[in-house]
Amino acid sequence: MSSAPAHPHAVHKDYQGAKLGMWLFLFTEILLFGGLFLLYSAYRAKYPLDFHNGGQHLNTFIGVANTVILLTSSLTVAVAVSAIQKGNKKLAMICLGTTIAFAFMFLVDKYIEWSAEIRHGIYPNGPALAKFPDGEKIFYGLYYCMTGLHGLHVLAGVVVLSVILDFVRREKITSADFTKLENAGLYWHLVDVIWIFLLPLLYLAA
Amino acid sequence: MTTLAQGEAPAYRSFLDSGGRRGIPAWVLSTDHKRIGILYLASMVSLFLVAMTIGVLMRIEQLTVDHPLFSPAVYNAFFTVHGVIMIFMFVLPGASAVFGNFCLPIMIGARDVAFPRLNLLSWYFFITGAVVVISSLFTGKGPPDTGWTFYVPFSLRTGTNIPLGVFGVFLLGFSSILTGINFVTTVHRMRAPGMSWHRMPLFVWALYATAWVQVLATPIIGITLLLVIAERLFGIGVFDPAKGGDPLLYQHLFWIYSHPAVYVMILPAMGAITEIIPTFAHRTIFGYKAIAYSSVGIAALGSLVWGHHMFTSGMGNAANIMFSLFTFLVAVPSAIKVFNWTATLYKGAIELRPPMVFALTFVFLFSIGGLTGLMQGALNVNAHLHDTYWIVGHFHYVMFGGTGMGFFAALLYWFPKMFGKMYNERWATISWFPIFIGFNMLYGGMLVLGYMGMPRRYFTHLPQFHTGHVIASIGSFILAAGLIMFFANLLVALFNGKKAGQNPWGGVTLEWQTPSPPPLENFEEIPTIRDRPYIFNPEAPK
Amino acid sequence: MEHAEEHGHIVPYRTFVKVWLLLLFLTAVLVFVSTAYHEALSVPALLTLTPLKAGLVFFYFMHLKYERPFLKALVFMTLAVLTLFIGLIFLDLSYR
Repeated sequence: MSSAPAHPHAVHKDYQGAKLGMWLFLFTEILLFGGLFLLYSAYRAKYPLDFHNGGQHLNTFIGVANTVILLTSSLTVAVAVSAIQKGNKKLAMICLGTTIAFAFMFLVDKYIEWSAEIRHGIYPNGPALAKFPDGEKIFYGLYYCMTGLHGLHVLAGVVVLSVILDFVRREKITSADFTKLENAGLYWHLVDVIWIFLLPLLYLAA
Repeated sequence: MTTLAQGEAPAYRSFLDSGGRRGIPAWVLSTDHKRIGILYLASMVSLFLVAMTIGVLMRIEQLTVDHPLFSPAVYNAFFTVHGVIMIFMFVLPGASAVFGNFCLPIMIGARDVAFPRLNLLSWYFFITGAVVVISSLFTGKGPPDTGWTFYVPFSLRTGTNIPLGVFGVFLLGFSSILTGINFVTTVHRMRAPGMSWHRMPLFVWALYATAWVQVLATPIIGITLLLVIAERLFGIGVFDPAKGGDPLLYQHLFWIYSHPAVYVMILPAMGAITEIIPTFAHRTIFGYKAIAYSSVGIAALGSLVWGHHMFTSGMGNAANIMFSLFTFLVAVPSAIKVFNWTATLYKGAIELRPPMVFALTFVFLFSIGGLTGLMQGALNVNAHLHDTYWIVGHFHYVMFGGTGMGFFAALLYWFPKMFGKMYNERWATISWFPIFIGFNMLYGGMLVLGYMGMPRRYFTHLPQFHTGHVIASIGSFILAAGLIMFFANLLVALFNGKKAGQNPWGGVTLEWQTPSPPPLENFEEIPTIRDRPYIFNPEAPK
Repeated sequence: MEHAEEHGHIVPYRTFVKVWLLLLFLTAVLVFVSTAYHEALSVPALLTLTPLKAGLVFFYFMHLKYERPFLKALVFMTLAVLTLFIGLIFLDLSYR
């Protein structure tokens, strides 16, 4: 960046800078969910038995299935980045598409899971929850908050990855300039990391 | 606004005359950091005046004790809205959003911040958040009445429009986070060739430390406010005692952000003062590294003291003692700065121009605020002073006497650079008198009322406090008059001011080497930095 | 200060697949230990295996292993800040 560019306010490309900016955003996400993890630790210490029992009513099978889904989706988006770096547009698009499909599966599973729990009255201010001891009420409050916020991030990820897929298709992302894809991948991996923590805290607590 | 400055090369075009757009789109669609800084300035000053008016109304209420002008419910809304606007829409964005945006890239020899479009998005979040908060005053069952701290369980139970108000604050927090991300990346990636970390202006160091706090601390209040909304809308009771929740955990989460937030408020103002004092003392800053590192130290240590807002809430002794200890420790880096500013003045050729007058006022008033803070930090004293007017006096000394005066000093300092116009210096100095006198009557009065036992957030008071309240209220009127004079002077200058030169104050940082106002791209050629900043006497031995 | 940055290191597909298989294996261990064994073993398993899994995602999928030390330090600092907040709150909660 030396002398004045030909047109006003040229947008410069700074790969390392863009990556740093993305990581800083991920730090804010870590702290955002961190607040919920903080509350979970505090209340688990206060209601150890209730938290242990709370997990009983959760569907561990779906929890584990969703974990496998997200881990695999992390694989596919990581492969997509390497593929683009190698100039393999087709593989990158297949992998990105698969990632998005997995993300959808996750959201469908979550819908099934939540519907079942709501049908059984286990939801904030719900009839079944009202009969639970205080600690289990808190457990489910945190359960819905944490998985809900996470689910919103999965949904946002679907949107972002779809836009990125389109960029790859239109060759706005190539082996020469794939920062956007890499940053989208970083975001998706963090969504995966958060779920890695949610699984044992919520589903395996029993 | 002419396109040619006297004596400038004919190719110069000010940023105000550049870009393909005209009128309002030229402002609200521009990703130019200079325009964004001015957008923040205009919106923030307007909001400040609204909140100031509410403050004056509160002072009028305290004069009308026998036949109160406003009901208690209205008074509760007053102090809530006054706090929310002042804190989240003026003091927090503060010198960072206005002067950080305008000056940071120029000071490091860059053409803009790292992410210009994200910068504009920051301002969009700001203005949207402000509109959402204001709309909460007129919708639902009325404006929030919980105080700006939104403590549970009252914020869960009160009928007023908490979800909307709190959501507006959430959006404002997002604005802060994006600015933080932008500034950290900008400082790391966009310094001019030769500008090592130890050749950066100290304002930049201050903005950098602030930006880290914005990134790491703000998300905590983000999630906390979302949980309050979730509680009110869906009944998710993580804080509600009736559902087994612990209200103290709300306070912890709230203050984990809101205490570091006060360092977000003060650090950029301190940074601006650190620019102004050397310029008007015509001496290099004393202790460059001490000031640079103390900024980082304040940000770090300041993240460990939040419990001092909760000494009387029921925390355990171990926590109380630890938080009190760290509160005392965090005063050290702040004091280091005060010593360094004073040492800079020593044997300097001091010029009492308006920016310097307000900068010195900052040092004086902030010191009072800081010392009163230390007193509150002692556990036994705190038991007596908590929730009294002493606290209100303390935080106005630091937030208003500190950040506020720092903001005004920065505005007086960089106004000619930003707009290419000079204001009436005599009027700027004259407006200082009512501001200073009114300020100390009002907030000094509050300190006295507080240790006499006057509780805060009460719409009325017992007879023994009446004299103090009268003094304070008269002080508030004088202060308000001074502030109006201050801003009117600048507003007149905006339209009718004399042309300002490139360097009216004799500053030595990079922004004074560009025309006033700067061109769109800031520099014809990115400069190469060969030396440390603040060299006023090149012949003197280093 | 700016020169043409190489987009540099390409992680082989094989590495990603191996990490993925390891993650699946660790998940299986975690689930097995939690459901089949007594509580006493499941908590230590949770406290070690979960951060290990997260670490694998950070280091390999998110490329952190190949990034400059500064970025690694920032990630560590952020996690340390969060841990500090939780720790200080427990100073209150444990001794009330």
